[in-house]
Amino acid sequence: MGDLNQQMLDKYRNNFLREVEEKVDDGGWVKMCMQCGVCAGSCTFGPDWEHTPQKIFMMIRAGKREEVLGSHSMWLCTSCYNCMVRCPRELPITHIMHGLASYAHRLGLAPKNQPTRDFSLIFWENCTKTGRVNELRMTISVYFREGFMSGVKKMWTLRNIGRGLFFAKRLNPLELFVSHGCKDKDGLRRALKKADEIEARRRGYAVQPRGYSS
Amino acid sequence: MADMKTAAYICKGCGIGERVDTARMAKVATKEGKMHLAREHDFLCSAAGVQTIQDDIDKEGVTHLVIAACSRRAKTEAFHFPGVALARANIREGVIWARPDTAEARETTQEMADDYLRMGCGEVKKMKLPGGNPDTGHAKRLLVVGGGISGLTAALEASKTGYQVVLVEKSAELGGWTAELYRRMPFREPYADPQHTGMAELIKEVASDANIKLITNAVIAKTDGAPGRFKVDISVESGPSLTEEVGAIIQATGFTTYDIARLPELGGGKSANVIDQAGLERLAKEAADKGQPIRRPSDGGEVKCVVFVQCAGQRDGSGRHLAYCSGFCCGASVKQAMYFKDANPAIDTVVIYDDLRLPGNGEDFYRSAQKKGVTFTKGKVASVEAKGDGCEVKFRDLILDEDAAIAAADLVVLATGQVPNSGVNIDIPEEEVAKMEVKPVSILNLAYRQGKDMPQLTHGFTDSHFICFPYETRRTGIYSAGPVRRPMDIAQAVEDATGATLKAIQAMENAELGRAAHPRSGDLSYPIVQLDGCTQCKRCTVECPFGAIDEDEKTYPVFNESRCRRCGTCMGACPVRVISFENYSCDTVGAQIKAVDMPDEFSEKPRILVLACENDAYPALDMAGMQKNCYSAFVRVIPVRCLGSVNTIWITDALNAGFDGIMMLGCKHGEDYQCHFVKGSELASVRMSKVDDTLKQLALEAERVISHEVAITDIARVPQLINDYAAKINEIGMSPLKGFA
Ligand code: SF4
Ligand code: SF4
Ligand code: SF4
Ligand code: SF4
Repeated sequence: MGDLNQQMLDKYRNNFLREVEEKVDDGGWVKMCMQCGVCAGSCTFGPDWEHTPQKIFMMIRAGKREEVLGSHSMWLCTSCYNCMVRCPRELPITHIMHGLASYAHRLGLAPKNQPTRDFSLIFWENCTKTGRVNELRMTISVYFREGFMSGVKKMWTLRNIGRGLFFAKRLNPLELFVSHGCKDKDGLRRALKKADEIEARRRGYAVQPRGYSS
Repeated sequence: MADMKTAAYICKGCGIGERVDTARMAKVATKEGKMHLAREHDFLCSAAGVQTIQDDIDKEGVTHLVIAACSRRAKTEAFHFPGVALARANIREGVIWARPDTAEARETTQEMADDYLRMGCGEVKKMKLPGGNPDTGHAKRLLVVGGGISGLTAALEASKTGYQVVLVEKSAELGGWTAELYRRMPFREPYADPQHTGMAELIKEVASDANIKLITNAVIAKTDGAPGRFKVDISVESGPSLTEEVGAIIQATGFTTYDIARLPELGGGKSANVIDQAGLERLAKEAADKGQPIRRPSDGGEVKCVVFVQCAGQRDGSGRHLAYCSGFCCGASVKQAMYFKDANPAIDTVVIYDDLRLPGNGEDFYRSAQKKGVTFTKGKVASVEAKGDGCEVKFRDLILDEDAAIAAADLVVLATGQVPNSGVNIDIPEEEVAKMEVKPVSILNLAYRQGKDMPQLTHGFTDSHFICFPYETRRTGIYSAGPVRRPMDIAQAVEDATGATLKAIQAMENAELGRAAHPRSGDLSYPIVQLDGCTQCKRCTVECPFGAIDEDEKTYPVFNESRCRRCGTCMGACPVRVISFENYSCDTVGAQIKAVDMPDEFSEKPRILVLACENDAYPALDMAGMQKNCYSAFVRVIPVRCLGSVNTIWITDALNAGFDGIMMLGCKHGEDYQCHFVKGSELASVRMSKVDDTLKQLALEAERVISHEVAITDIARVPQLINDYAAKINEIGMSPLKGFA
């Protein structure tokens, strides 16, 4: 932060824009935004998040690398596609938002303990193991994400719902011990690995396993 | 008057016959209107009806006729009888459609119809058949002043239409600003890249055109005359002066760029690396000639980063710079950023804008620039200062709402605006001109009483009926085209010049036939002045919105009919009423006012005179009728050519005749005027502000005379205004002047 001059120089040399174009899914579209603000006005999250898509795109052009990649905004996107259907420049905004989130995550710059980010990871790990989601295990992982006591508290608050689900046959306690899975688990794993390889090749990464990289 | 034979025709069609007693009207026409002949007809605009009238003209020798049927704006083709004077009483739109069809309303509706017929009879007897302007000119050549894109286009278009052209250019070369450009904005699909200007080819085409006489290094020393017979003295830099006779003139004198030295805060005039768009065109041309990239002006260094500052000295609210948007400069910056990106995509090009204005296909061009990687930043530039080899640009980022800077811009391009080359502003008084440091130089040097150049609207642009008739200036037969009229780009200038050329051709042709030009195109009447009564008060010469009236040695007005638009403003201005048209005069309107049957003070039937502009207010009233928007039966409407033609004698006459109120309905005036005659409604409002004194003398309330600005679309509002006013009159009571006339 010391050399303000150096910082400004970086900021308006477009490097980050180029980085986004090359590394982020649909990042090449960012330069086409005309800053009309329709997305910002359409977003279901509108006033509640720190950076609207419009601002994110402007920040990219202004070279605000840490701020963009460390932003909570991309993680909050609900994929409602309101912005995307309205953008007069037809930017695939929703996809860019997710592309940025994924890129930030890959670089380890995404915000720590971000609930949707945590949820996504738990979900991914859970379902890629057997090819099916084990809802009980996933719920428990999510509840206990912030420690044992807070997990117990959450379970206590929601105990009636749990009971209801059990009686409605929507929750099988045995799943805690035996997960059922898809037929060809190995096949699934191979497919995922291949996908990783393809993506890495396209974007020029060294292949690395998914998960927290920080 | 011996050979005047009058006739009235009352139509019963369109429901008129069911709503009013036409037999009674026929009696009104002969008894009160003193018509020689009165006929009712079931369907007057039918072939049979028209034939009845024609037969009377042919066999009975009818010379003056009144048609009591629909509005004068309807059935003009059926009721077209050349060679006779014609007045129309508006019984359909103005009476039966404007009144409810009820038993109570029947009596007042009938009174209305009777009055309109009386008024028509009064009017027609004062009308003469217009003979057409005898002072016609026959010159059919077009003078084009200015040899830039607008002037060249005008010359070529006129030539292609078969007219001869004289083109006068001040400098040695043709081409104007367009010739200075490296490339122009695209004007064809896919609107993605800068295009060649095509100027060299255009100049060649003009130079080899046998219809076009080119005079370069020359200015206009004097312009005298009128459409169809302008005499223009042209002084040529080295060589004898010339005099050319032309029928119409197009002023296409273009613009000058705003001086960047006036923008020191943006580095203008302070650093060699801060230039305007014209400066960059020069650099781009030089570079292209040498086959090299554009270099930094200060030291010839490599250009790695270029910043474009939009709206430099434009859209300025402080009053120090141009207040308006020049409209072309956003597109120009986009184009210029491409000069760099197309040559080397690694060069950073940042356009700092407040609003990016790229109308029409400019949007595609903008997108193309974004694809090429030009960065667009919404912001306001605070300062540009020389730093290191280049400049530092500090600005406020308006999206991120923070101060930001570009530390090392090699080149900063200021998007400055267009300042029109419109000659002298004739509205600035001579004393003030004397005080000016730089004396304005006239372009046309008109020998007109009102001044040497065309009147200006605002910011120095020539006045040219912006809202309705964009080509019409306030000097008949002289048209302005291109950025002298309003800021514009090349494509718009080409279109503008083409339009102005066609209007100029029309004006020459009309002048030859002794007919009015726009907006009373084809009108054969013209103002006739009885000089023996004239007091040389100069009101007409000063007020004519079109500078049609000059002065002779004895300061009597000299009318130039071909310059006149037949608005009647001079007639309204004349205090001794010596100006009139054959078919429209103080008498024709006065007779209508006097013809109204005035109920007495105790009748509870007030009478309100409405003087309605025939271009907007009267059609609005007609349309109100068509939509059955009813209004008070106490009004009597008289259409006038323009509120400017309203002479105060009509007001006095009406008040003396016992009218309880007078309403004047005219067009909007001011900078965004809609008045067909530009100044008419404004002059009327000035004149009417003085009516208060007259009212005081007569011991009448100020509300007895009111005026409103209305538009042609005020179809619901006008009836409302009338009804409100009728209620007001009811409140203040009947005029005490009734019965004294
Ligand atoms: S709607 Fe599209 S063009 Fe408008 S600000 Fe959002 S992303 Fe940009
Ligand atoms: S898709 Fe995401 S960014 Fe777009 S409107 Fe919905 S929540 Fe907002
Ligand atoms: S065209 Fe653009 S740069 Fe020029 S004045 Fe208008 S908004 Fe400003
Ligand atoms: S005031 Fe109107 S009618 Fe009179 S001379 Fe001028 S243009 Fe003609």
